[in-house]
Parts: sequence; structure tokens; C-alpha cells
Amino acid sequence: MNVNVPPHAVRAVTDTARVDLLLIAEMVAPGSRVLDIGCGDGTLLRLLAARRDVDGRGIELSQAGVNNCVAKGLSVIQGDADTDLVYYPDLAFDYAILSQTIQATYSPRHVLEQLLRIGKRVIVSFPNFGHWRVRTKLLFGGHMPRTEYLPDRWYDTPNIHLCTINDFTDLCRDAGAKIERAVALNAYGRKLGVSMPLFAQNLFGEQAVFLLSR
Amino acid sequence: MRPGRNEMGDTSTAEVITDPSLRLAQIANPQSEIVHFDEALPLDCGSSLAPFCIAYQTYGELNKDKSNLVLVCHALTGDQHVANLHPVTGKPGWWDTMVGPGRPIDTNRYFVLCANVIGGCMGSTGPSSINPATGRPYGPDFPVITVADMVRAQARLLDHLGVGEVLCILGGSMGGMQVLEWAATYKDRVFSAVPIACAARHSSQNIAFHEVGRQAVMADPDWCQGRYLDEGKSPRKGLAVARMAAHITYMSDDALHNKFGRNLQDRDKVTFGFDADFQVESYLRHQGLTFVDRFDANSYLYITRAMDYFDLAADHGGVLANAFAGTKTRFCLVSFTSDWLFPTEESREIVHALNAVAANVSFVEIKTDNGHDSFLLHQPELFDTIRGFLAAAALKRGIAEPKGWLP
Repeated sequence: MNVNVPPHAVRAVTDTARVDLLLIAEMVAPGSRVLDIGCGDGTLLRLLAARRDVDGRGIELSQAGVNNCVAKGLSVIQGDADTDLVYYPDLAFDYAILSQTIQATYSPRHVLEQLLRIGKRVIVSFPNFGHWRVRTKLLFGGHMPRTEYLPDRWYDTPNIHLCTINDFTDLCRDAGAKIERAVALNAYGRKLGVSMPLFAQNLFGEQAVFLLSR
Repeated sequence: MRPGRNEMGDTSTAEVITDPSLRLAQIANPQSEIVHFDEALPLDCGSSLAPFCIAYQTYGELNKDKSNLVLVCHALTGDQHVANLHPVTGKPGWWDTMVGPGRPIDTNRYFVLCANVIGGCMGSTGPSSINPATGRPYGPDFPVITVADMVRAQARLLDHLGVGEVLCILGGSMGGMQVLEWAATYKDRVFSAVPIACAARHSSQNIAFHEVGRQAVMADPDWCQGRYLDEGKSPRKGLAVARMAAHITYMSDDALHNKFGRNLQDRDKVTFGFDADFQVESYLRHQGLTFVDRFDANSYLYITRAMDYFDLAADHGGVLANAFAGTKTRFCLVSFTSDWLFPTEESREIVHALNAVAANVSFVEIKTDNGHDSFLLHQPELFDTIRGFLAAAALKRGIAEPKGWLP
């Protein structure tokens, strides 16, 4: 059996949007006020507007990304997760979302604490550095692992603070965040069973999505 | 850059207009819609203006719900002729690339209105209007007005037209100041706002440039202590110098260098005299000369002063965020990388103040070497931004669903 070919149904979903984004959208209550930090080309904001009728705002580091989002009618500003969250008041948003960005921040703990301050709920998604493929690449290849989700070489990657699901769980504890939901996605974007023990999720989850509150 | 178009909409190839009566005619009897108000307009300086009138242009049609009005606020030396031929210069309106059928501010969908500011010289009451107390032009007796006064007058115009909440208010430079003032003062009347290339307060450097311009006007003996109309004169030289100095601030060093470099004007070598040897000199002289044919010197003094006095934070306890507390307006700020008159940092300060009240805000910085004047030039990114932002606001307000919106 060729395990690298995803089932057709999953491929259909991945064609329209990143699976982690669909999972995030599922976690957001309809009609909420949302801040998407690191909103990129605005895919998640548009998904949330279309499916969840949210009042969505975005922050994006790249000015080209921002201009593109605004031209599409999205409310987006240029900004940096590390420095610009301080300008927002407490509990300004129902959800503060950081998708695939925390590993690229200078100070993940500070960012997480800011998110918990400005959002009633916080959603964080990140690539799991504890995935078995990452581990084996380092173990047997002797090089910094490069995968579909971590494609860059060590010297040109923006990902300066990679972590495993276990590491992130520890950070949540240290930052006083309550984990309301944690979902690991395997290489095909399928959710791993909730009954799966944490060590196994950390081994087989390629990405993780956490729903947090204070 | 597209040659020549600048803050006032002049082009460098224009010939000088020699008939000042064309301009004076617009003060008394503008080729615009005009509304006369008998009830006094209270002013920030403590006095009031009565009667007063506002001259304005409209494009497109107001819908049944009166919900599709887009208010455009003009800059220091702009006027209400946004997208029609200018009655004095005969040139296209200053934002005709932005406003019109199928343009980013689409007059097939929106009803666009632009009014000449109070203190202006294109038909709204200003220093060259007749003072009812004396039967002669106000001149220096005209009260000093502020950006807030301009906005208060516009609000009266919208009252008159029966429009409560405006779909969007846009403007660049001083127009952007008016947009901010609108959003701060009439929170429930501004559905969305686009302040472009502006600041929440006029900087010390900008006040300094304005002061140079005013001093140039007042140093001209033909200014006659502000009573030149009574004397049948016009401080053309002073106003032209003011315009030349100001025009430099609207462009970037790179733009000037790319356009003119050290190129000589119609000659092979310098003349060892004070003729316009360099193209840049000739260009500036031309800008000065064409300006005085369409603009009133006293209006220039009053309107530059209004910009100098603008400080939105000071009006709200020293905290800019207070100006926007409780706002539901959707904001989109735009700045340009090479604008050193209103640099990006000034827009970013406004963004941070809006973030502090969790306002709905977009902020686009556009990379260009066209300087402050970029908002009047062909900047595709500016067009895309305004088209997209406005369409989203219209959709949110249930006006019209633009094609191709959302997947």
C-alpha cells in the first residue's frame, strides 16, 4: 500500500484550503470578532467570513500581503506579532488566532501571553517538530529536517522557535493558558483520534491546533 | 511618474492662463451646485459665519435609501471639481482617474459628493467672498477657520441633502485630516473612512513650510495687508513663491532627480546668471505661475492655517485613541513610502490609536517614489485598495454586491 497518496476525500478538502484552517474555522463560533495574526493572503479571514460570518481583522508582516488583502476587502494592517499586539486593549476579540506563525516569533511566550490578553479565546496552530518523520530525518540523516511543512533550510528558515506538541503543552501550562481543545493532524490532514495518548499524538501529528483560554 | 499632475491638478505642459476674471467669477458665481445657509456656522475661533454658502459637485445618483453617498474631501489647494473639467483651468478634475463610471469610486454604484471647503475660493464662503457687514470682500477680516469648521460646514450640507450616515469619506492630505475629524466628531454618520497621506496633527516641520509660504504672500506689496481685491491688485509673485516652495515638499528627492536631474532648460551650458538655467527651476516657476491664476492668496493663508491648527489628540485630552473611542467606522489608512511631508509613521500612529479602541482598520503603505503627491497620481495599488475597501463597505451596508467578491 502506498501510504503517501492521500484518500480522495481529503485531497478535495486540501484543494480548497489548508486543513488546519478548516479545523480552525470549525472552532470559531459564528458571528464572532476575530483577529488573525499572520493572516498571509487572507485565506482564513475569507473562510471565516464566508462560513462563520465573523467580523475579521488581520495582521500581516509582509506589506505586499497586506495590500493584497485590503484590495480583496479584508481589514488588514501591516504589523508584527512580537511587537504590535500591545496596542490592542484587553479582551478586544472573541478569538485571537495565530496560525502557523508562533514558531517564527522571537518571543513565543510573550506573544502567547498577549494573545491570551486580547482574545477571550486563542487558537494556535503550528507544525509539530516531534513528528516521527522529523525525528527520523535528524536521527538517520544527520541534517536539520526538511518536510512539506518545514521546507526551508536551516539558514534561511523564518522558523526560529520550533517546538513539539509536548513543548507547546508545557508553554500553555507556564503561561497560565487552559487547553480547551487540542487536535493533531496527520500527514493527510486527518484528525488523530482523541483517545490517542499524548505521546502518540506528538509522534504522529504533523500539525497541531490548540484552542486556549485564560 | 505620470508627468506633471500634482496636488492642484496642474500639468507642466499647461499654458499660463492670463484672465484672472475667470477665477473671480467662480467666487461670486461658481459653476457648481450651491447652497446658501442663513443660520450661522459656529467656528472654533469663537465667532461665527453667517450667512455662508457651500459650493459642491456631485457624480452618480443618490439611491432611494440615501445610503450610497461617498464624500470626497479635497486637499489644501484642491477644490470640488473632482472629476469634471475645471471651470478655470479647463483641465480634468484632480481625481478623475479615481472617480467615475467603472473607476475605483464607481459612480455607477456610488453617489459622489465633493464640496469646496469653507475658506476656499471656488464658491464656498471664504476670504474673497463679500462681507455682508461692509459690502466688500472679507479679506483679512475673515475669521480664522479650522479643519473642524470645514467638517461642521460639510455636515450642514449633508443635513440639507437629508443624508444621515455617509457610506464612505475619503481624502488625501488636508482631505485626510477632514476624514479623521469627521470620524471623530460624527461617529454615527461615517460608515467607513479612508484617510490618505495624512496625520492626526500637523508636524512642526509642516507648520514651518506653511509659514514660509504665508510670509512670501504677505511680503508681496500687492498683498496690500490682505485688501488686494479692494485695490484691484493681486500678490501674484508672493503666492507663486509660496507655491514653488510647497511644491517641492509634495515630491520626493528621487522623483525630482529622476524627472529633472541637473538637466538644463533649452540651453547647452549655464548662463552665469539667474535665469532658469535648470529644468527644475523652470518647472517650479511654471507651477507657481499657473497656481496664482486659479487660487486666491488669502484663501491660501487661511487654509494653511487651518492645517497648522489641526491636532486631533489635543482636542481629546491629549490621547489620540480617545478621539475614536466607541467608533464603529471601518477605517482604511494609506501612506506612501517616499512621502516625507506626511510620513508613514504618522499614519501608523493613527492605526495604533484605532487598534487601542479595537476599531476595524486596514492600513496600506504603498511603495513609490512619487512623494506626497502620490495620492493624485496613477498608483495602481492605491486604486486596488480603494476599490476593494469600498466594495467591502458597500457589501456590508447592503448596497450592491460587486461581482467576483468572496470565493
